[in-house]
Amino acid sequence: MMKLILALFAGIIFGLGLTVSQMTNPDKVLGFLDFAGDWDPSLALVMAGALAIAVAGFRWTRQQEKPVLGSRFHITLKTTLDKPLLTGAGLFGIGWGMTGYCPGPAFAGMALGNQEAIVMVTSIYAGFWAAGLLQDKT
Amino acid sequence: MQNFTPVSALLGGALIGLSAFILLRFNGRIAGISSIMSGLFTTSGPNRYWRMTFLLGLMLGAAIWQWFAPSTLPLRQNYPLPLIIVGGFLVGFGTRIGSGCTSGHGICGLALGSRRSIAATLTFMGSGIVTVYIIRHVIQVLS
Repeated sequence: MMKLILALFAGIIFGLGLTVSQMTNPDKVLGFLDFAGDWDPSLALVMAGALAIAVAGFRWTRQQEKPVLGSRFHITLKTTLDKPLLTGAGLFGIGWGMTGYCPGPAFAGMALGNQEAIVMVTSIYAGFWAAGLLQDKT
Repeated sequence: MQNFTPVSALLGGALIGLSAFILLRFNGRIAGISSIMSGLFTTSGPNRYWRMTFLLGLMLGAAIWQWFAPSTLPLRQNYPLPLIIVGGFLVGFGTRIGSGCTSGHGICGLALGSRRSIAATLTFMGSGIVTVYIIRHVIQVLS
């Protein structure tokens, strides 16, 4: 039960972060990716702010034996740079550049009455499904 | 750089980092939204329930801010729907094949110093920049 409440709480903070930083506005995100246009560096500072907290918090957390409410940390320790990683990231970037949405802002955008975000999330799930089919085959 | 909003960007970013920290410290989980979203339908029991409450929280947090400061959240008008549909599919497909998105690789993975996440982040930033360049400045579908 506590785990669910903590996840809810973390989700609320995340949703606040996305809206406060205006990352739920796809034009804002595209303004960052548009180096040849009227470049908007805001997204770089969103990442800087997030990393400042996450780097310090994660470093301290990793020194702990286990999470406060769990038995272990669910972290993948893979280090190999393989083809699926780079192909997937490349395709994700193309979709991100076409739309201005990555998964978080798209999902949060649904709560803002944004119909575009609903289409986006539905299409994202279609992509998950297709990738699942492909992964089952290999 | 007319649209640069450094204060809200840093503050919002800090909240995202805080959220990732809370989820890892208390639940031992990585705040990678693409994984949380896809796991919503591929996992069951407690593995599914925490994803549900996290995503519910994500929407709640956005709704709270909209209620608090509606003028900061403009909605885009008349963006071509085919771009959203095809782009959305690529976001879903790519993040699943590549094991993460902007939050999982770009924030959590980088914060952990993961080599895979550094490579993934550089790759999706790069392909995103090239895509926007082509759409806006080469074929000029949009302004």
